[in-house]
Amino acid sequence: MESNKTDHNANLFVEELRDCAKMLVDKLQSSDYETASELITTLTQKRDNHIYQSVGRLTRGLHNAIVNFNVEGDLTSDPASIEKSEIKDASDRLNYVISLTEQAADKTMDKVEASAPIAMGLGQESRSLREEWHRLKRREMTPDEFRQLYYRMDDFLDQMGTGADQLNQNLQEIILEQGYQDLTGQVLKKVIGLISDVESELVNLVRIAGQVEEITGLIDDADNFIDANATPEKKVVGEGEGPQVNADKRDDVVSNQDDVDDLLSSLGF
Amino acid sequence: MKILIVDDFSTMRRIIKNLLRDLGFTNTQEADDGQTALPMLKSGDFDFLVTDWNMPGMTGIELLKQVRADEKLSSLPVLMVTAEAKRDQIIEAAQAGVNGYVVKPFTAQALKEKIEKIFERVG
Repeated sequence: MESNKTDHNANLFVEELRDCAKMLVDKLQSSDYETASELITTLTQKRDNHIYQSVGRLTRGLHNAIVNFNVEGDLTSDPASIEKSEIKDASDRLNYVISLTEQAADKTMDKVEASAPIAMGLGQESRSLREEWHRLKRREMTPDEFRQLYYRMDDFLDQMGTGADQLNQNLQEIILEQGYQDLTGQVLKKVIGLISDVESELVNLVRIAGQVEEITGLIDDADNFIDANATPEKKVVGEGEGPQVNADKRDDVVSNQDDVDDLLSSLGF
Repeated sequence: MKILIVDDFSTMRRIIKNLLRDLGFTNTQEADDGQTALPMLKSGDFDFLVTDWNMPGMTGIELLKQVRADEKLSSLPVLMVTAEAKRDQIIEAAQAGVNGYVVKPFTAQALKEKIEKIFERVG
């Protein structure tokens, strides 16, 4: 809508210029210098008006873009504060994802580390009792030893009960802890939404700026403006990229360990 | 067997430490980037290095190159455990003299295989 209107205005301006220019040539050829002089004034006025309108549109576009950027902080203060903006909020959300995932991993591992000795203790005691049990079956046991085994068996059954309960509880808590996936997923989706919004507003802003620069003659082609900003991604040698989100859609990226092994073996590894 | 685990995420260090313990390697130490790791390697008698690639300070690939350039450390077995999955990067690591390359997310089995393979070869 805004774009069509802008184009329409620009076309109108160019048409007016052409008409004026034609009339100016006519008047000059017929030596009507007074009208010609007036036409030149009109031309300048039209050009100035057009620039004013364009600057007005840019200002409005800039304002809208900034509002839509969700940077609603106090920009009049010095330095500008964006404490309450959605961008700041997004950084906070992402930090939240880091801390939540870290907590979940830590808690899960705590539970596993707490469970391992229980399982190991029960296993050891049951193996030792089995040996004693076999001795009993082979009738190699004195009545005194049997009395000891009797009490050990009682203790073991108790331990088994509480141990199994504890293990069950730990396993349940580990499962529950995986709820971070849901929580972080939601937060990440919100941040992704914000980024897409900001991206489209940024494109809008670049387009508006390009149009005005074209009109005011600072640059002759709006596309150049955009292209000039689309410099290829700079990559510092040795710097990592982090996890590949779309590994299966890229040719220069391996998608699993098998691919890594294939590549390395092709290099003689 | 003394092992140094280098990763900027403590969670990942802990996971690797746990997996190594399961494999019977209990003598491990940790560092959070190449800059902290290098002096530890130079002063300690480590037998094996497990490192991430993407870390602030000094990256894993830089650490690998420094290790290979150091007279005392040049033959230290190095396993890279990283989310970096570009072919160019794997080739770069291979050319820099890495002994194994595991991409994250990985399985306990994958880590075990690579470690066993490295020790088989190093002997």
